[in-house]
Amino acid sequence: MSTNNDNQNALALDEVGDNAIESKETEGLSQGRIVLRKFLRHKGAMISIIVLVLVAIFAFSAQGIGGLPGWWKFSHTASGQVANPGGAPTWSLSSIFSLGDHPFGQDEIGRDNFARVMKGTQISIMVMFIIGAVCLVIGTIVGAVAGYYRGWVDSILMRITDGFIILPVIVVGSILGVLVGGSSGPMLGLALGCILWVGLARLVRGDFMSLREREFVDSARVAGASDFRIMFKHMLPNAMGVIIVNTTLIMSQAIVLEASLSYLGFGIQPPGISLGQLISEYQTSFATRPWLFWWPGLFIIIIALCVNFIGDGLRDAFDPRMKTIPSWRKMKKAERMAQKGAN
Amino acid sequence: MIRFILRRLLSTVLVLLVVTFVLYLLLNVALDFFWDLRSSTSPNIEALYESRRRLLDLDTPAVVRYFKWLAGVGGCAIGQCDFGIAWKSGQEVTDQLQGAIVNTIKLITASTIVAIIFGIAVGMISAIRQYSGFDYFITFVSFLLYSLPVFWVAVLLKQYGAIDINNFINDPTLDSWWPIIIGCVAMGLFWMGALGGSARRRIITFAAAALITFGTVYYILASGWMQQPTIGLLGVVVIGAGAAVVMTFLSTGLKNRRVLYASLTTVVIGALLYWPLMNLFYYVGMNWLWMFGLLIVAIAIAIAVGLAFRGPDPWDTARTTSFTAIIVAVLIFADRVLQGWQDYSNDPAINNRPIATIGASAPNIDGDFWITNLDSFTHLLLPSIALVLISFASYTRYTRGSMLEVMGQDYIRTARAKGLNERTVIMRHALRNALLPLASIIPVDIITMIGGAVITETIFGWNGMGKLFIDSMRQAELDPVMAYILITGLLAIIANLVADFLYAVLDPRIRVNA
Repeated sequence: MSTNNDNQNALALDEVGDNAIESKETEGLSQGRIVLRKFLRHKGAMISIIVLVLVAIFAFSAQGIGGLPGWWKFSHTASGQVANPGGAPTWSLSSIFSLGDHPFGQDEIGRDNFARVMKGTQISIMVMFIIGAVCLVIGTIVGAVAGYYRGWVDSILMRITDGFIILPVIVVGSILGVLVGGSSGPMLGLALGCILWVGLARLVRGDFMSLREREFVDSARVAGASDFRIMFKHMLPNAMGVIIVNTTLIMSQAIVLEASLSYLGFGIQPPGISLGQLISEYQTSFATRPWLFWWPGLFIIIIALCVNFIGDGLRDAFDPRMKTIPSWRKMKKAERMAQKGAN
Repeated sequence: MIRFILRRLLSTVLVLLVVTFVLYLLLNVALDFFWDLRSSTSPNIEALYESRRRLLDLDTPAVVRYFKWLAGVGGCAIGQCDFGIAWKSGQEVTDQLQGAIVNTIKLITASTIVAIIFGIAVGMISAIRQYSGFDYFITFVSFLLYSLPVFWVAVLLKQYGAIDINNFINDPTLDSWWPIIIGCVAMGLFWMGALGGSARRRIITFAAAALITFGTVYYILASGWMQQPTIGLLGVVVIGAGAAVVMTFLSTGLKNRRVLYASLTTVVIGALLYWPLMNLFYYVGMNWLWMFGLLIVAIAIAIAVGLAFRGPDPWDTARTTSFTAIIVAVLIFADRVLQGWQDYSNDPAINNRPIATIGASAPNIDGDFWITNLDSFTHLLLPSIALVLISFASYTRYTRGSMLEVMGQDYIRTARAKGLNERTVIMRHALRNALLPLASIIPVDIITMIGGAVITETIFGWNGMGKLFIDSMRQAELDPVMAYILITGLLAIIANLVADFLYAVLDPRIRVNA
């Protein structure tokens, strides 16, 4: 009886609190729907998703994937006539906005910068997603196993993660980068994925450790479910928030890491192409041909920024403590409504 | 506690050994020890291969070579370090390391301190003004900084922070007023957002900040301060007095006149000591030991002043006065360093381009303590800005997050309910608890910073550990790479241990189970 009362009190408190509007709206929705709804409301994340998808479509369609040709007239390897002196960008605002042949300019042997930046963006995005996928798999499995079994399995797995955390990722990354060597993006992605999963594994482990003490795990065990089934069918959905959010954050880290390694010459090397490699190749010509330096950098920042914001939006959406505060205007409106009701 | 530390130390050192072992084997596969011979057309190429193989002992299995290397390193315990040699240059790795470790620690310490101070201050303000324009702005900026590749920023810093500024110092003419006006408005908006308050207060803050910025910039440009930057006695007094007011405001509030007067007295004493100190600096050769000694004397005087003012809580006063004294001491130090600017700038080795883009110190510069310091500051400037930009963002985010969490706690409500003013609630009750988790963030951040230093050092030609690592990787020199891995790993272990220890000491809720 008293718990019922408490519940009603809590409800009443909630009604008058900041969250009145939201709790009304989410009544009767599943957890997944609530999260999705919160995420869709996060303006920064929504804008970022749109921008990221546009950039990806643009980059992949402009240069084509695999054998498929893209719509852009130049390829990233072919050199050609240098149009403007020094290869300066051809777009102009003089009469009406016109792009010209080489809107991002050309390098010293007449290769089209737009084509190269688009190709580099393709590779960088691809590497980013491969790293994300590898981390997701390894991190989840290691974290789940360590957190579920505890004991010596946990100790060993956690000592392994210690080993990864001791050194900066860029150091291990450059050693692995030299090991897989050279120009292929997917291999580099796989290698880097093998070092970035550590943080995710630790967080998943923490979640699993507390989840395994919950009653639904006991009842699953009593019902005769296997360890594998308990871990991945019953517990994993409850740890989804941590996993999704942190994979996104790893991906934002991954794109900068790949760029840095390629810049240092241990990641993607010519003839392979990536955004970091482009900057590395053109950094000495910053004074004479700044456009070769600005565009790849700009795309790295756009991609990393978008992924960061998406991660932030996901974190807010999954965090049950996070309350969306109604805007000032909404509050005023609610106040007016309340007054009207009182009169 | 000691058992806990020993256990942790033992297990992490074991982990480090395993890591070095695995990486040693990986590096043996990854590095091409014959890269310079591959394209050689020399007739005795076979002999060259053979001699290289003998030089690097490649016929011994890698596992055995690892233990040989480990035995050499283990010699450090009895004072005979042998990290091997960098075969390409023929140098002993121990020789290479000596300067490199000092340089890296210098760079990382400077950047960490600056990043922590600014990060905590901005993060705290951002949390207090949650969901304001200022908060959104800071959030956006920190995400932007997260996303910036450090090498990209470094190239920009070289161009705009060094080359253009040096040009400007030599020829201080402005093309237009727009940059100054935009800068003043930006400063005004920043302080307006940070200090907040009613509409009227905001307007006043905006106007004051913009005007002060404008005045400062105008003075700097009009008086040719850029050619001969000094602080001077007047500067020490004015800035010191400002610091005294701010310190009093933060620690006890301006209403507490006793503390305010005590800090101002400290500034006056500092100003009175200005000329005697300058004479001391002139007649006696200085070193860092002297500097620390003088700083301790300054703090001692400040504490004495604080206690002399008595009052109900003299140690609060003493704390405020000692912080003020530290600021005044730093100002006097900076002033003395800047007095050498003219000589430094005109030195043929510098050639009137004082802000350096390459190296950790200028070659062929011979000067006293002050000139060498000035030299190392001008070299530190750009690399540490590049490093600070990255970790500033993470400190801001962490401080903001933990501050918000603490501000929602019940005891904050209690503190407010018993009538404490907002300043006391924030500075005494909230901030101290919000800073606790930072103790566990700092070592992680230091490891990140060591990683960032790899790139920064390479770009700015800073002869530190990171550059050593990259250069050796490029030259396929195994021994220096291994030395780097070992030493960085040890640094990380020490940082982690210190953090655990600090955390256990600071937070009584943490129980250490041995």
